[in-house]
Amino acid sequence: MEYDVIIIGAGAAGLTSAIYSARYNLKTLVISKNRGGIAATADRVCNYPSYKDIGGMELMERFIEHTESLGVPIMYEEVKKITKKNNFFIVSTIKQDYKGKKLIFAVGSERNKLNVPGEEKFNGRGVSYCATCDSPLFKNNIVSVVGGGDAALTAALLIARYAKKVYIIHRNEKFTRAEPMYADLIRKEKKIEVLFNEEVKEIIGSERVEKLKLKSGKELKSEGIFIEIGSTPNLSFIKSLGVKFDKRGYIIADKKQRTNIKGFFAAGDVVSGTFEQIAVVAGHGAIAANSAYEEIIHKK
Amino acid sequence: MAVIELTKNNFEKEVNKSKIPVIVDFWAVWCGPCRLMSPLFEKLSGNKEFKGKLKFARLDTEGEPGIAGRFHILSIPCLILLNNGKEVDRIIGLYPEDMLNNKIKDLLKKI
Repeated sequence: MEYDVIIIGAGAAGLTSAIYSARYNLKTLVISKNRGGIAATADRVCNYPSYKDIGGMELMERFIEHTESLGVPIMYEEVKKITKKNNFFIVSTIKQDYKGKKLIFAVGSERNKLNVPGEEKFNGRGVSYCATCDSPLFKNNIVSVVGGGDAALTAALLIARYAKKVYIIHRNEKFTRAEPMYADLIRKEKKIEVLFNEEVKEIIGSERVEKLKLKSGKELKSEGIFIEIGSTPNLSFIKSLGVKFDKRGYIIADKKQRTNIKGFFAAGDVVSGTFEQIAVVAGHGAIAANSAYEEIIHKK
Repeated sequence: MAVIELTKNNFEKEVNKSKIPVIVDFWAVWCGPCRLMSPLFEKLSGNKEFKGKLKFARLDTEGEPGIAGRFHILSIPCLILLNNGKEVDRIIGLYPEDMLNNKIKDLLKKI
């Protein structure tokens, strides 16, 4: 089967582009290894217009429902390779190949790891990357959160509802990237203690995480550690296409979400310089679909 | 095949004394990815390849904190393969159906 538009990624950017693409009457397919993207892992979303306060998963389920109501199939498969043949893109998953005229690449990014000893060993045994999934499993524990952005601060606030004590370990001297509203809430929460200018060097335990070794040499009793230090796109499977990246490994796209490869559009967190917010990446998705539509109707 | 609901009352019989290995889905109502895992797990339990070789079960970590604690469940969704009641290995996080199927097969090879 041949599609007008294949969208890779079912997060806010990918699903918005699917909605626009379907409404342009383009034959559209979404392929994704997850459902809802990184937004689905947010505890609460309070800045997406028309929803004052909604769960991340709940919001993304509505995106999916909207997409599916327009008859767009979503295949939950992992993409292994993308190649360009003549004027088509061939997207290969473990299961099969899909052929599309235009490609909208919206895979988002993957959570960064600390890359310290013990992180891998204790993954799922005290090391966590999902505060909304795991916070209640740390009732009355002493827990640390690593990071200093919105994700780290909101994770700490959520964990503090269950844990006895929460440390925020931040390598800088203050919170520069987080919303000031969150920083104020952190200051008011008595269970939370912030360790500025500090880093985790090792995660130590036997059956599960027990303590952390810090840069200062101090050992911190901590029965859990939530790693919230941002994310980076995984673009290894498109390197052979020759798509241009910036120094940090993000795709360079113009205002129409076009990349240097004709017919290949990028949307969402994968795009260089993106303010990683649902409202922003949904906009990318709309623009990418519109650009694909224009190229198709003008047979560019 | 159906997925068996585990509690402290049937854990001994269904897991420790099971004649075949058991894969247990540790979940909780608040956990979004667990809600997505549930139907996938249910579907895989009907996979012919596992028939007679693997038992599928689930355990609510909130309803059974004692058992969840014993297995140090600190990240969910978490699938643990148990053979004669002992942990062989675990899978943490949510994966697409195909990947999950392969991961379970890989776990079985470790017995």
